[in-house]
Amino acid sequence: MRDHRPSDGRAASLSRREFLKISGLSLSLPVVTDFRVIRVAGAEVKIFGPGKVPVTLNINGKTYTAHLEPRVTLLEALRDAFHLTGAKRVCDRGTCGACTVLMDGRPVYACSVLAIDAQRRSITTVEGLMNEGRLHPIQRAFIDNDAQQCGFCTPGFVVACKAFLDKNPHPTPEDIRKGLGGNFCRCGTYMGIRAAVLQAAGMQKGGASHD
Amino acid sequence: MTEPLHPSPAEYTWPERGHRRLIGKRISRVDGPAKVSGKATYTYDVHRPGMLYGKILRSPYAHARIKSIDTSAAEKMPGVKAVHVIQGPGTEIFWAGDEIVAVAAVDEPTAEDAIRSIRVEYEILPHLVIDTDPQRAGDLAKPTAEEVVGDPDAAFQQAEVIVEGEYGLPVITHCCLESHGLVAEWEDEENLLVHISTQAVSSIPNQMARPLGIPAGNIRVKMDHIGGGFGSKFSPDRWGIVAARLSKMAGGRPVKIMLERDAELMVAGARPSAYGRVKVGAKKDGTLLAWESTSWGTGGMGGGGRPPLPYIFEIPNQRKQHTAIMNHIGSARAWRAPNHPQACLLTMAALEDLAAELGMDPLDFFLKNIALTGRRAEIYRQELQIAADLIGWKKHWHPRGDRSRGPIKRGLGLAIHTWGGRGHASNCDLTIHPDGSVEIKLASQDLGTGTRTGITIVAAETLGLPMDRIKVMIGDSRYPPSGPSGGSTTIGGVSSATRRAALDALDQLFAKVAPALNARPEDLEAVQGRIGVKGDPSRSMSWEQACARLGGMPLTVRGRNPGPGHLTGSGVGGVQMADVSVDVETGVVKINKMVAVQDCGLIIDMKTAESQCYGAMIMGIGYALYEEKIMDQLTGRMLNPNMEFYKLAGLGDVGELIVHMMTGPGYDERGVIGLGEPPVISPGAAISNAVANAIGVRVPYLPLTPDRVLEALHKKGGHHATH
Repeated sequence: MRDHRPSDGRAASLSRREFLKISGLSLSLPVVTDFRVIRVAGAEVKIFGPGKVPVTLNINGKTYTAHLEPRVTLLEALRDAFHLTGAKRVCDRGTCGACTVLMDGRPVYACSVLAIDAQRRSITTVEGLMNEGRLHPIQRAFIDNDAQQCGFCTPGFVVACKAFLDKNPHPTPEDIRKGLGGNFCRCGTYMGIRAAVLQAAGMQKGGASHD
Repeated sequence: MTEPLHPSPAEYTWPERGHRRLIGKRISRVDGPAKVSGKATYTYDVHRPGMLYGKILRSPYAHARIKSIDTSAAEKMPGVKAVHVIQGPGTEIFWAGDEIVAVAAVDEPTAEDAIRSIRVEYEILPHLVIDTDPQRAGDLAKPTAEEVVGDPDAAFQQAEVIVEGEYGLPVITHCCLESHGLVAEWEDEENLLVHISTQAVSSIPNQMARPLGIPAGNIRVKMDHIGGGFGSKFSPDRWGIVAARLSKMAGGRPVKIMLERDAELMVAGARPSAYGRVKVGAKKDGTLLAWESTSWGTGGMGGGGRPPLPYIFEIPNQRKQHTAIMNHIGSARAWRAPNHPQACLLTMAALEDLAAELGMDPLDFFLKNIALTGRRAEIYRQELQIAADLIGWKKHWHPRGDRSRGPIKRGLGLAIHTWGGRGHASNCDLTIHPDGSVEIKLASQDLGTGTRTGITIVAAETLGLPMDRIKVMIGDSRYPPSGPSGGSTTIGGVSSATRRAALDALDQLFAKVAPALNARPEDLEAVQGRIGVKGDPSRSMSWEQACARLGGMPLTVRGRNPGPGHLTGSGVGGVQMADVSVDVETGVVKINKMVAVQDCGLIIDMKTAESQCYGAMIMGIGYALYEEKIMDQLTGRMLNPNMEFYKLAGLGDVGELIVHMMTGPGYDERGVIGLGEPPVISPGAAISNAVANAIGVRVPYLPLTPDRVLEALHKKGGHHATH
């Protein structure tokens, strides 16, 4: 259960946030100051919180600041503190990809990064892909190929496709099948997504993919 | 509102083939830009001023009685604004994950801390969470009376070949990507505003009114977009009422409760399981004679559904009996095409086993017995031929068991299905403003099926305007009531109501402008943004000029479904075929290709219609190969309430998919029929049959996981035959 111990007093396993806090995922130096240092397994570890600390994030080229508990994830900060709700919360533990954002150009699951660890990184969300009000070619291709139904997975998929095409500008269908395996869709829009990626890569002219 | 004129019912028709500018074309969904840019607002995205976060403490036990609850620590916690005991001491709990206590706090971490601080003592009671053996269910098994059709005993005597097999599919979950939930806020003492993820905007107020003790008219429900429902989101649910109560306790502040993923999978929707021992008999030439089935399944404490057996084929002699098992799991909800995927697997797998025993190609066997499908026999015959061509059936099919060398075995399988899909009750207000703008209001909802797009197409087609001139407003219970989106009833309902509203509005507009064109209203037409005399392009005026003649008042017309004229129909046929490869060393099944051939009457938007079929096939591949709500009898809990181990099909898992929609004479004139359910019915059966064809033995139960495939190979299959 998510951050949720059985109430009958039996021992709970390590929660995801507790894991994140001690797993060494926080390699960058946070800009917050109210921490203490303890020694764990011979190494010095900075401990933040448990109270709120100031957090500054660079998102889509703008600076956002909030006071957040260190256990708050990047996804929660984006959605609840900054009201950037394009990235969606679905599995909330790094499986489904609906919360995919770019951190320094690389795709990450925002549910599995702590907000304090995302400081001094350049974060791009789906809201940041449009250019002067114009849709990104990947977004255009998603519309043309109906690569969405309910649309809840769509922002995560669009961002994942952006990262995938940045790395693989001329993908084969096999590359697409492997490279976009980190996102799930429940409505079943994969045919449209495959076609959209090909269209966006310039390998297929616009219009419907599978007719 | 202006009273509509009453044209004769014959005038309420769809445009003839050849006169359709938009209907049936391949049109991109109108809310695509909002969805791809992250601007589309879902309930989960709603943020209201002063909003509190609600969390729910759930029972860790499948069957228990609450002895005591201590919420004192939570109540004292800074930031906690309300604590509400949902089920108090003495209450019997019937499934793990059931709601016990709710809290609302200023932020989510505080609400989580508060939940953790609550202490509940339970008296643990015996539970049953498995469903594969009705004998173990004891009193929780509710057998129904045996049903007999014809003379099954004599027919089995007559039969020259009889096969018996066991087939089944487990409980699966809806796993909507947007979990269930809402934001509830009291605007004053008497009026409640609810943003909720729902398939039933119009019917939520009435469902909340009684428990909250206020009139339904005091409850306003809003929803722009929904992140999946699939049959699980028709009710406000207990947590919906709880959110409204917490809000009241907190002085009316908005309270947001969105289920966590584990709760979503444990309690917010499940498809009933179905298992059956089936015996079928035929003559040597393949003529089906007799059916016998003993089936069972669970849908939690509600007992689940009863699959309509035998499915589609009205075998003349039948004996059948079903047992509903009531067990301690979260309750079942409607899951796309309730009872049909289960009936389809139990029937189509048994028939395919029989064909294999007869040494017949199942395609020939189905065609041989096609008359037993009744009035849709000709549709199935046409669809079977088209599907066979598209998948290369005659080229690739082989008798059961791929005899080629190597561990990879390839096989083909097929299944057929049906569904109703007649349009639901729907009201549509269409307003033409004197400036020429058009707006349409319905308290409907777009589940991602393309409802907004369908309404826009119908209005634009009817009024002779481009689609971007039509503003469609849905998702607000203050708009005219429209039915819940379930059972493939939405497109038929909203398209018919919109068509009637637009035709009536045009009639009234024609009456206003006819004198200026020196014509009779009935001689006018609206095409390409102009209103003019049919056959005389010189006598016309622009849409704007025409609308200016409305004077100061907008023209609003109510369109209704049901209503005059034949605009929506019911009863579709579909065929699916699957081409799979199975690695007999690892047990892994791969989909090479699947074909869906589907009829749904008159298609409004070919692009989103095809998307429904692709999506349904993919969902079908999911439940055929991966999905299962795995319950642990020892602890009574679900073992995979997450998305690592509750597996959905991924982009690389689905092979090549082909969709062919049946259109034209014989189909279009049946009117608009819904499409959400039918194509999700056949995949499980078609894939199971393809696997049996590939490896030479039946894997009795879905999902066709490697362990089940290897076990079936080891045991040499789940059916046996007598001659």
